[in-house]
Amino acid sequence: MVKQDKYIIKENVRVARGIYRMTLCGDTSAITAPGQFVNIRLDGLYLRRPISICDWDEESVTLLYKVVGHGTEKMSLLPVETELDLLTGLGNGFTTEGQPAHPLVVGGGIGLAPLYGLAKRVGECTVIVGSATKDELFYLDKFRGLGVEVVVTTDDGSEGIKGFVTDGLAPLLRDSSSSFTYFYTCGPMPMMRALCNACEGMDGQLSLEERMGCGFGACMGCTINTVNGPMRVCKDGPVFRKEVIKW
Amino acid sequence: MVNLTVRLAGVALQNPVIPASGTFGFGGEFLDFYDPDILGAISLKGTTREPRFGNPTPRIAECSEGLINSVGLQNPGIDQVTGNEIPYLRTFYHQPIIANISGFSVDEYTDCCSKVDSLADIIEVNVSCPNVHNGGMSFGTDPKCAAEVTEAVKKVTTKPVFIKLTPNVTDIVSVARACEDAGADGLTLINTLLGMRIDIKRRQPVIANKMGGFSGPAIFPVAVRMVYQVANACKIPVMGCGGVSTAEDVIEMMMAGATAVQVGAANLVEPMACKNIIEELPEVMGKLGINDINDIIGVCKEM
Repeated sequence: MVKQDKYIIKENVRVARGIYRMTLCGDTSAITAPGQFVNIRLDGLYLRRPISICDWDEESVTLLYKVVGHGTEKMSLLPVETELDLLTGLGNGFTTEGQPAHPLVVGGGIGLAPLYGLAKRVGECTVIVGSATKDELFYLDKFRGLGVEVVVTTDDGSEGIKGFVTDGLAPLLRDSSSSFTYFYTCGPMPMMRALCNACEGMDGQLSLEERMGCGFGACMGCTINTVNGPMRVCKDGPVFRKEVIKW
Repeated sequence: MVNLTVRLAGVALQNPVIPASGTFGFGGEFLDFYDPDILGAISLKGTTREPRFGNPTPRIAECSEGLINSVGLQNPGIDQVTGNEIPYLRTFYHQPIIANISGFSVDEYTDCCSKVDSLADIIEVNVSCPNVHNGGMSFGTDPKCAAEVTEAVKKVTTKPVFIKLTPNVTDIVSVARACEDAGADGLTLINTLLGMRIDIKRRQPVIANKMGGFSGPAIFPVAVRMVYQVANACKIPVMGCGGVSTAEDVIEMMMAGATAVQVGAANLVEPMACKNIIEELPEVMGKLGINDINDIIGVCKEM
């Protein structure tokens, strides 16, 4: 069920270099799963901006977003108490029910955003965070606050393990006491592809990104080809099971 | 009470507002927003003989007051549309259905039209596709080709046939007249304008297919001009389309000569667009002293 409504910005702060957190107050009843997204109308821009949901409760929804263009830049400048028109409850989100315990949760860059809401609902898990550099890391304390193990990798080695998320994953997989059978991931496609290769034999769910027109399945602007035929990232995704992805 | 009902080539519509093909899917995506039974009609997603994946992504580029799309006629094929999509739409929707048909050969157009004939109230023929038997030139850019499709389709259907014209021509009136002479019952115009955006950081086109169809409020004046020219040159009814976003736009398009009006891009950014327009029409008409919407069709005549 998709819902359109007005929401009031209660907080809009920088949490790392180029990364902001916006909390909006309003009707969140259409949000049913981590990994879903909202589509935001912004003055002066024709298309709405799809932003993944970081977390939500009965009265508010929290978004983490990276400033990458006109839309997100405009968002970062909005003062609190601004009213925004949102479509909520978009996309399928992650399916967590009935999945194996203690999964791997792997986020690259701003792709980490929806994984916070996921980790909160999954409970016990191991989180691998990949970032270009230390200054762009965010939400590490928030994840640790959930009592989960957090492994950090940076491309330049400015924090944690130097390298990609797969470099953070390798020691975990070598450790005989761990026996991961499932993963959830969101991040750049090359990262998710490397992860899927490294996690051969594991099942998992990936959250994809694609340039969208409407965000609710009408325009066919974000269709990808999958093992099961054409799928709209906005409506049939953004979360897909590992085995349906055509690399 | 104002009168919003119009007759479009013999088909009664409760109001002149119709979601345009490609912006409304097969109707189901809008059930979360409003009851589609309030619409004048629905123009379905463009359909070809075979299923089509369409173009690679990115397929969408934002523009000032509009967007470019290169979806590339992604659709499940005519058999899926007649077997599943239209029957599903009919479980919750009881107003006229406009089937939108595309083809890459005259054969493909006639196959699709004959298959959908019994399920549609109006057949809208998109002649903006490249003709594979004519060097890939779009059917709609050549009056002779457009007439050939019109004539062939008219032979296989009992329903009113509207030809949807491309604006990417030097003289849209000559294409419109050729379709009318070939037996078209009406015309829909305009389809999207060919456009392009370049990502100045990557120095490459935004869209994978490089170019695409430009739509949205930015093209409204072009659409009004072409509807005006065609409505003045032809006797058959026109569905006006292109950038319509408000009740005032609907009235302007009808004054230019449209009997009904299609709403396209607006559905994508404001899913309630058609409902809002239908609800606002009586008030806007009241302010303008219009009691019957039929009174304004083509009132802005050439002197």
